[in-house]
Amino acid sequence: MSLKFDVVIIGGGVVGSAIARELARYKLSIAVLEKNLDVCMETSGRNTGVVHGGFAYDAGSLKAKLCVQGNRMMGNLSEELGFVFRRSGKVLVGNTEAEYQSLLGTLHQGEKNGVEGLRMVDEKELHALVPSVEGRFALYSPNSGIVDPFGLTIALAENAASNGVRYFLGREVRNIDRADGSWYVEAGDGICCQARWVVNAAGLGAKRISDLLGITGYHVVASKDDYIILDNRLGELVPMPIYTVPSNTYMGIHVTCTTDGNILLGPTAETSDNFSYYGTEQKNIDMLYESAMALWPHFTRGDYIRTYSGILPKLVDEEGKIQDFKIEIRDQQAPHAVNLIGIESPGLTASTPIAEMVVGMIKERERLARNPAFIPERKVPKPFRLMTREEQAEAVRENPDYGELVCRCQQVSKAEILRAIHNPIGARTMVSVKYRSRAMMGRCQGGYCQMRIARLLEEEAHLKDTELTYERPGSWLFTGNVRGGER
Amino acid sequence: MKEVDVLIIGGGPAGLAAAVALDKAGIRKILIVEREKQLGGILRQCIHDGFGLTRFGEMLSGPEYAQRFIDEVVERKIPYLLDAAVTEVTPQRQATYVSPSGVEAIQAKAVIFAMGCRERPRGALAIPGERPSGVFTAGTAQNFINLQNKMVGKEVVILGSGDIGMIMARRLTLEGAHVKGVYEIQPIPSGLPRNIQQCLDDYGIPLYLSHTVTDIHGASRLTGVTVSQVDEKLRPIKGTGEEVPCDTLILSAGLIPENELTRKAGIALDRRTHGAVVDQWMQCDRPGFFSCGNVLHVHDLVDFVSLEAEKTARAAARFVREGSLPACPIRVKAGAGLNHVLPASISGDEDVTFSMRPSAKLADGILRVTQNGKVLYQKRLRKALPAVMVEVAVKRQAFQKEGDVEVSLTC
Repeated sequence: MSLKFDVVIIGGGVVGSAIARELARYKLSIAVLEKNLDVCMETSGRNTGVVHGGFAYDAGSLKAKLCVQGNRMMGNLSEELGFVFRRSGKVLVGNTEAEYQSLLGTLHQGEKNGVEGLRMVDEKELHALVPSVEGRFALYSPNSGIVDPFGLTIALAENAASNGVRYFLGREVRNIDRADGSWYVEAGDGICCQARWVVNAAGLGAKRISDLLGITGYHVVASKDDYIILDNRLGELVPMPIYTVPSNTYMGIHVTCTTDGNILLGPTAETSDNFSYYGTEQKNIDMLYESAMALWPHFTRGDYIRTYSGILPKLVDEEGKIQDFKIEIRDQQAPHAVNLIGIESPGLTASTPIAEMVVGMIKERERLARNPAFIPERKVPKPFRLMTREEQAEAVRENPDYGELVCRCQQVSKAEILRAIHNPIGARTMVSVKYRSRAMMGRCQGGYCQMRIARLLEEEAHLKDTELTYERPGSWLFTGNVRGGER
Repeated sequence: MKEVDVLIIGGGPAGLAAAVALDKAGIRKILIVEREKQLGGILRQCIHDGFGLTRFGEMLSGPEYAQRFIDEVVERKIPYLLDAAVTEVTPQRQATYVSPSGVEAIQAKAVIFAMGCRERPRGALAIPGERPSGVFTAGTAQNFINLQNKMVGKEVVILGSGDIGMIMARRLTLEGAHVKGVYEIQPIPSGLPRNIQQCLDDYGIPLYLSHTVTDIHGASRLTGVTVSQVDEKLRPIKGTGEEVPCDTLILSAGLIPENELTRKAGIALDRRTHGAVVDQWMQCDRPGFFSCGNVLHVHDLVDFVSLEAEKTARAAARFVREGSLPACPIRVKAGAGLNHVLPASISGDEDVTFSMRPSAKLADGILRVTQNGKVLYQKRLRKALPAVMVEVAVKRQAFQKEGDVEVSLTC
């Protein structure tokens, strides 16, 4: 199948989707090629969801500049797109004189970067902010926050799709050619997209795509982080993320609250050259328990509901020193190709400023006409569990599907499951439903609801039981019927 | 607002038995609220037999056992709601439930918690490794196979020797899957001896004690697990890891009473059972709240769930009629050799049945009930297992007016 677009974006993560949405403001035909079966399956979804202040990055770097911009925008963006963001603030906690000096250094760097409101707090004020934390003082960043990383990425993607961007899921890019002023991008399942512009937003795969574009020589390493998720029983004890004193290369173990009231312990930050292994390790789980206990001794192993890991692509120099984001167009070597390399933390915070920068670079080379039909808002009904009693009653009166709770522990209704199944980008896996609805994310991890969700996916998406997929391509659920063909 | 004498949350074996017993005791204003589309609870998917030997003196399947109670509920015209999920109960016994016909509030004189339990998922076990599809809890796999007609895999490893895990080992074998083994971290099986015989031994399925899964492999569908031996502190022994190729991992590693509503109602829970703290009336620490069945403590056999629910219903009926129940000032403690004992307190003026689980396997033990250093009751147990619940009835004449009671099981 051969298709023609103005722009092909490779990678549908938070950055690729933000670029798709920003480009949709112009009269352009746009495609996103995503190798996974949904967006936010890799780095965009596998993190802590912290919206960073911007103090942890070298003054003058893109990371600092775009992070500060992204932090300022996040409130408006969350209202426009209907994802959950909370400007919770954040503390970096220390105990020794050396740590105090180190935090002062971070504070000054933050001020240079334009981060507002940073200040040192003493033990008394620290405990007023976070009563349960262990520490003598802290650097307090009132503008840091937390976001639902799935919600942010999905919102950007779905809004882009609603504005005409075409998402192709499960299409890994195999080859890229350039001929007669066009790019030809071949992807899985035999599609070939011809396009005037290519954007490499492939995240963990960005080096491979860069090589295919003819831009070689980058050195990217995988930094793998393991995390533990705790039950939301403890959520109220952690009103904001609790960090330790960062070193140059590692933010340290932190205790983070999520927008859903769970608590995350992590990360571990181990460098490797494996960009696709997401297994968690026993030694890391044990280490996280010890380190988090020193900082915040209020949980038990009985509070674990899941472990997970994420990988960050870190661009490094010859000595292995981590580099700034690389966002470039090489007009001679690879014209009309925007190349993004080493987009790691704070990529989630900075996603829309990165997208605006990419659009700006394209506009320097080509006049873009505004798309008058672009609608920046995405209407999202309030989740049933967050409605008042009266709102719930009203919702059930209007649509009885709201009265059928499919996932009990997270109180997700059938109406919300159906909405998740019929999402505009066409993602149809169990995890697609999970990330959009929160079903299966609670303490029973789908023990009660996954059979209901599997059946609804089968019925609503017209999938055969053998076609049902959990997450990645090939993650089948059933071999077929137990007995006979008849149900 | 709608009002009832007794609100029963959950229409499984505990809720059904409680409803019938309440009706027999003359309480008519009852409502069972059930979240599923049918009554019967987890019994609906338990299509194997072995139910009812104690309660009915005959061998029934799960759905047959449940049907006995459902028939009686229908015959007695006891009101029940299906597809209705209770989302909140206030300490004043006002409940809210959600169903496709609306959001309703109801005021009850007494509330019986009968929500059952849920399975411990992979995350709670914190098994390291990748996150492929093909990892199911035993009850989830049982639901898929027995109620949805979906076959979950071909090459199966089972972690944990809980009863449902062993029953699923047999079930999967009967449906053509190859069950490679059941791995249990403890040095003794956690399920009933009869299930080891009938579900594993009879089918040649090996049981590996002191073994656990230490890694999970597969980026998409499960491709295998690493199993390792564990030492006496249950820590994996380095160098014993062995990879077992499989496409399905079934977890049968414990059940957790489902007490979110109980907790939200401000009721005290027990650290060991994860169920409510109850007195000998099965009443929680707030008057008018009762708890029975697997939401109170995980039972070995459903027959005991029914019996406990009936006892609870009789107390709840008395509460509705008299407005309160006799105080239970005497505390009961689990002593040596026991994981827990119920109830947590007694009146001293009535006969009591103590229900308990041994903490370890014991041959030829003595079960003692003592108060103020005096043995009130003792009984020789030829064999005790953590998998098998023990119940003993003590006559009221035995108790003194004050002083903690201790129940213990020693050699």
